[in-house]
Amino acid sequence: MKKLSLVALASATALCSGVAVASRLGLQDPETPIARQIYSLHSLILWICVVIFVAVFGMMFYAILKHRKSVGHKAAQFHESTTVEIIWTIIPFVILMGMAYPATKTVIDMKDTSNPDLTIKATGYQWKWGYEYVKGEGSLTGVSDGIALLSSLATPMDQIYDPKVQKGENYLLEVDNEMVVPINKKIRILTTANDVIHAFWVPAFGVKQDAIPGFIRDTWFKVEKAGIYRGQCAELCGKEHGFMPIVVRAVEEDEFKAWAEKHKTAAVAEPAPAVQVAAVDTTTAAPAAAAGPVDGKKTYDGLCAACHGMGIAGAPKTGDKGAWSARIAQGPATLAKHAIEGIRAMPAKGGNPALSDAEVTAAVEHMVGLSK
Amino acid sequence: MQHAQPYYVPSPSYWPIIGSIALLFMGFGAAFVMNDVAAGPWVLILGLAILFWMMFGWFGTVARESEAGKYGPQEDISFRWSMSWFIFSEVMFFAAFFGALFYMRVLSVPDLGSGATGEYLWSSFKAGWPVSGPGIEETFRPMGAWGLPALNTALLLTSGVTVTWAHWAMKVGNRFQLNLGLFLTIALGVLFLFCQAYEYAEAFHEYNLTLEMGAYGATFFMLTGFHGFHVTIGTIMLIVILFRCLSGHFKPEHHFAFEAVSWYWHFVDVVWLMLFVLVYWL
Amino acid sequence: MEAVHGHDHAHDHDHHHPTGITRWLTTTNHKDIGTMYLWFSFAMFISGGLLALGIRAELFQPGLQLWRPEFFNQLTTMHGLMMVFGAIMPAFVGFANWQIPLMIGASDMAFARMNNFSFWLLPPAALLLIASFFVPGGATGAGWTLYAPLSIQQGMGMDLAIFAVHIMGASSIMGSINIITTILNMRAPGMTLMKMPLFVWTWLITAYLLIAVMPVLAGAVTMLLTDRHFGTNFFNAAGGGDPVLYQHVFWFFGHPEVYIMILPAFGIVSQIIPAFARKPLFGYSSMVYATASIAILSFIVWAHHMFVTGMPAAGQLFFMYATMLIAVPTGVKVFNWVATMWKGSMTFETPMLFSVGFLFVFTMGGFTGLILAVTPVDIQLQDTYYVVAHFHYVLVAGSLFALFAGTYFWLPKWTGNMYSETLGKLHFWCSMIFFNITFFVMHFLGLAGMPRRIPDYSQQFADFNMIASIGAFGFGLSQLIFLVAVVKCIRGGEKAPANPWEGADTLEWTHLPSPAPYHSFETPPVVK
Ligand code: HEA
Ligand code: HEA
Ligand code: HEC
Ligand code: CUA
Ligand SMILES: [Cu+2]
Repeated sequence: MKKLSLVALASATALCSGVAVASRLGLQDPETPIARQIYSLHSLILWICVVIFVAVFGMMFYAILKHRKSVGHKAAQFHESTTVEIIWTIIPFVILMGMAYPATKTVIDMKDTSNPDLTIKATGYQWKWGYEYVKGEGSLTGVSDGIALLSSLATPMDQIYDPKVQKGENYLLEVDNEMVVPINKKIRILTTANDVIHAFWVPAFGVKQDAIPGFIRDTWFKVEKAGIYRGQCAELCGKEHGFMPIVVRAVEEDEFKAWAEKHKTAAVAEPAPAVQVAAVDTTTAAPAAAAGPVDGKKTYDGLCAACHGMGIAGAPKTGDKGAWSARIAQGPATLAKHAIEGIRAMPAKGGNPALSDAEVTAAVEHMVGLSK
Repeated sequence: MQHAQPYYVPSPSYWPIIGSIALLFMGFGAAFVMNDVAAGPWVLILGLAILFWMMFGWFGTVARESEAGKYGPQEDISFRWSMSWFIFSEVMFFAAFFGALFYMRVLSVPDLGSGATGEYLWSSFKAGWPVSGPGIEETFRPMGAWGLPALNTALLLTSGVTVTWAHWAMKVGNRFQLNLGLFLTIALGVLFLFCQAYEYAEAFHEYNLTLEMGAYGATFFMLTGFHGFHVTIGTIMLIVILFRCLSGHFKPEHHFAFEAVSWYWHFVDVVWLMLFVLVYWL
Repeated sequence: MEAVHGHDHAHDHDHHHPTGITRWLTTTNHKDIGTMYLWFSFAMFISGGLLALGIRAELFQPGLQLWRPEFFNQLTTMHGLMMVFGAIMPAFVGFANWQIPLMIGASDMAFARMNNFSFWLLPPAALLLIASFFVPGGATGAGWTLYAPLSIQQGMGMDLAIFAVHIMGASSIMGSINIITTILNMRAPGMTLMKMPLFVWTWLITAYLLIAVMPVLAGAVTMLLTDRHFGTNFFNAAGGGDPVLYQHVFWFFGHPEVYIMILPAFGIVSQIIPAFARKPLFGYSSMVYATASIAILSFIVWAHHMFVTGMPAAGQLFFMYATMLIAVPTGVKVFNWVATMWKGSMTFETPMLFSVGFLFVFTMGGFTGLILAVTPVDIQLQDTYYVVAHFHYVLVAGSLFALFAGTYFWLPKWTGNMYSETLGKLHFWCSMIFFNITFFVMHFLGLAGMPRRIPDYSQQFADFNMIASIGAFGFGLSQLIFLVAVVKCIRGGEKAPANPWEGADTLEWTHLPSPAPYHSFETPPVVK
């Protein structure tokens, strides 16, 4: 039986590596200096580990083959040796120092976010990203200042839910509005979030940074090649955590300037264009601080905003056109009925039975008005 | 390590399973109460009632076993180890909250008022201590150290002395001083709790200081609240011990239950000193 | 040999034995309680395993087929919670209950009645967890780490989970106090600390870890509870708090917790390898010191789970160095085990197979841990399937395989019967193969950039996910073999001699018959 199992083990490994040739086995191709450092650091440590592993288990399997009872090996009775204990404490320690040295250098490089050419604030929302090109002191100051866009998943729902529909090439990794950056410039990303923790991650850049509500953290990258780079939110953030990709389009500096010019005018001239270009309100960045818009009906502010203001419990957020369009399409009567009777996680009358139907309906109208 | 008498292994008992049932009800009850399920309070009360019944029965059994002389010197050592490590676990529980206090005071609050976080998100916020938080509009007054809290410190420190006095009396066999010492300790404990309650009332009504008052409010009430809860438990245990003393339990050389409670009381004392310095004073 | 156990001794305390269900409800016998722990943890292993199969079924191919995303998150979360707190930890406590008194020559645990309470707290906690699936909003979907503020958003299921954690914490603390006291105070005459079997040592140190960190976890979830319901702002920036504070408190518990799940496994393996190599454990005292060093270091490495939260470089470097250091004492252990096997006279019954398997595969998990410890690499791999691969290598092939090894090793002592070697070996080989099919490919997924905790993924990850899912079902089915092997062994089979293993030399083998009598060592044996 042992033979059989070994054969099975071998064929399983063969199967895996067969598939593996077709897929990728290592880190994604690095496209920034930091990502390259990470890549080689990983290779270095991996190979050191492989060597130790082979050495240790080479010994073990040798013993397993030769020092077994069935081949008549008699047990020796030694059980201590301070010398070898010291040796195999010190050698690993030295190896570790060898790993720690290059790692330390990379850590320090990664942390150096000083002197960026451009600063972009990335805000995580349940479940999309908002990118704001903020004023900075870098060489690109003024080029894209004030551009703000929201970036949501662009993969059609039927590709996700309907197995018969062919999935696109960039299934789940495509968005409506990409983050656009110039190549060969130091881009500093400030991360924060509006509701829960998200994480901004672009593997090819070697950049991953949690976006924490109420706090700003930063990271940086400098892409060298024009192209489209895809990543995903990397911190569990609720039901659509798997559906908030990050797409960065890196372009030549001229192209970037042209893009910025166009979007700046777009942001100023068209308050509600077809593409989602909405100014991200910095004051809503903290959860409990400012819940919901300033004006509005009393009922909404007093109650509904608790959930709909920030999208708690999966409530469609007021002002989130994407989340509301399909709902609004059901017609005002249905909406009001759902709000009065409750639907799924939405409690009847928002959880306050003392409200009259009319009050709730008015609140719905108010919300719809803000979300069209 | 030769022991004269075999280690006492109690006979099968229903109390543990009763205790688990109590906690089952309490778990569901508390979750229901917090989520406004109508049956919640009843389930919770049922759980608590069963729990009290269990404690009454279980500790009663232990006291009877002890008086019946089933616990020899080896069991005594076991009790000592277990009480020490139990108190250590309590220390770690408080450490979590002291850690939170430290983190907020030293790290998160200053962070919120400085650097990119301050600049982009909370531009009007001035970090400092005591403080609620950048998103809280209402204001409050912090609790000073030198009023009631200082009195409370004195009360607890004195109670530490009285309980030690009672212990000394126990060892020399002076039952009157033992009972008196215990009684005074309990009285001081109760007085402490009254002061604490008064202080809370004052905080609510005059200082506008509540759990909702951000970093300061949360750490203040959670730390002092859990401490107060421990004082309550300690006081109840002291009362039980006093009753046992009054009905003639314990011997000068055999009274670990008493000692355990006094250890606990000293622990509560030390926690208070930390609170006094870190929460009220500094 | 027979003289020492005391079945027919006249003993002065009253043992009337209730029968039927009452026996189990009221028992104060460490063997009964150990048995209940073991069955409970097996039940939780199956439940948690079925949830894992739910995860793997959804991930079999891209697209959302079976579950809505929020339910997928609940599966992941509850799988983690049930496996960690329901399956692995209680299983080790079960071993502690059975073995510690036998191995140190004690009549029972120091606090026999409290011991029963520690066990019976677990079923209510499990009920709370399971029931949370059925309350409005379902179970918590915030991950087993219950990170704020996501956990603040959850429904009632979250509160049930919080109370379950409180109750399990209480159980663990009582259990550890019991274990520490038993070990320190109830050893047979002559059994000095440095003569104790290594399994006892590892549990002594584990128990300290538990006492130190379970209360901290209780504190963390209590803060969650008050943030959810009582208006505190521990984890809310607007109130001066910080979501990252939760992570610090959680991982101060969480990292020692992973060693809580591996140190007793080290102990089991350290009993088995010398027994089947017929050669004393190499470097006994350095094993003890290594275990203690791992435990101490485990308190200063927690933030390696938080490298991407954005701490200052100095913090990242400190936690990176400290984490890497743990490889040194763990390495000492691995080398000692190999040295024990070296020039032995080995046989490969099932316990030994699982131990060697453990050694081989756990070490791989250790190496991936080391790779994750290197901050820049972790920043690339954090929250990807590489991490999932890492911790299943150490938890499944580490803790779980050691549990299997220990079960086969001691089954003859517990039941008085030999298990079927054929079934045991089959179980081993199936587990080993399917385990690697399931989890090895996850390394590639993680490296290539597949995040964890997602119900659906882009197409480039399809092949490996399919392999992993097939492996998972195979691995799950293989566990049925284990169930059959154990049940058969309990029901009957070849009678086991007092010591069926040539090289085993601890008290339970040398001083007690098989099965071990209901009351053993009422008069302590004398250890030379
Ligand atoms: C039994 C449980 C267990 C064990 C034993 C370990 C052991 C280790 N773990 Fe693991 N870990 C987990 C369970 C465990 N872990 C879990 C559950 C998580 C995820 C939690 C979550 O997020 O949900 C996790 C996550 C985790 C992370 C965070 C990943 C992330 O989220 O980004 C890191 C990072 O440093 C890490 C590191 C380590 C290290 C360095 C060890 C070391 O102890 C390993 C030491 C062993 C060896 C190194 C091999 C043997 C040594 C030699 C042969 C000597 C020679 C070697 C050299 C000189 C290199 N672990
Ligand atoms: C503690 C131990 C432990 C154990 C033993 C396991 C065992 C398994 N785990 Fe693990 N897992 C965790 C701890 C553990 N896990 C943790 C802590 C997490 C993180 C959670 C989080 O992110 O919050 C996690 C997350 C996790 C994920 C990632 C989920 C995600 O990120 O979304 C996956 C995915 O494949 C997975 C798979 C498995 C599988 C297939 C097994 C298998 O080994 C299970 C095998 C067992 C059975 C299948 C049941 C027994 C057998 C039967 C009932 C017979 C019948 C069987 C059939 C009909 C097939 N686990
Ligand atoms: C406890 C949180 C909560 C509160 C409070 C709340 N809602 Fe909702 N609401 C939800 C959730 C969750 C949904 C999404 C339900 C779904 O589609 O699954 C929702 C959906 C809705 C919808 C869309 C229904 C549809 O048909 O798609 C309307 C309209 C609505 N809410 C109105 C209100 C009004 C008006 C109030 C206040 C009186 C209110 N809500 C208060 C959670 C809440
Ligand atoms: Cu946003 Cu995950
Ligand atoms: Cu860790």
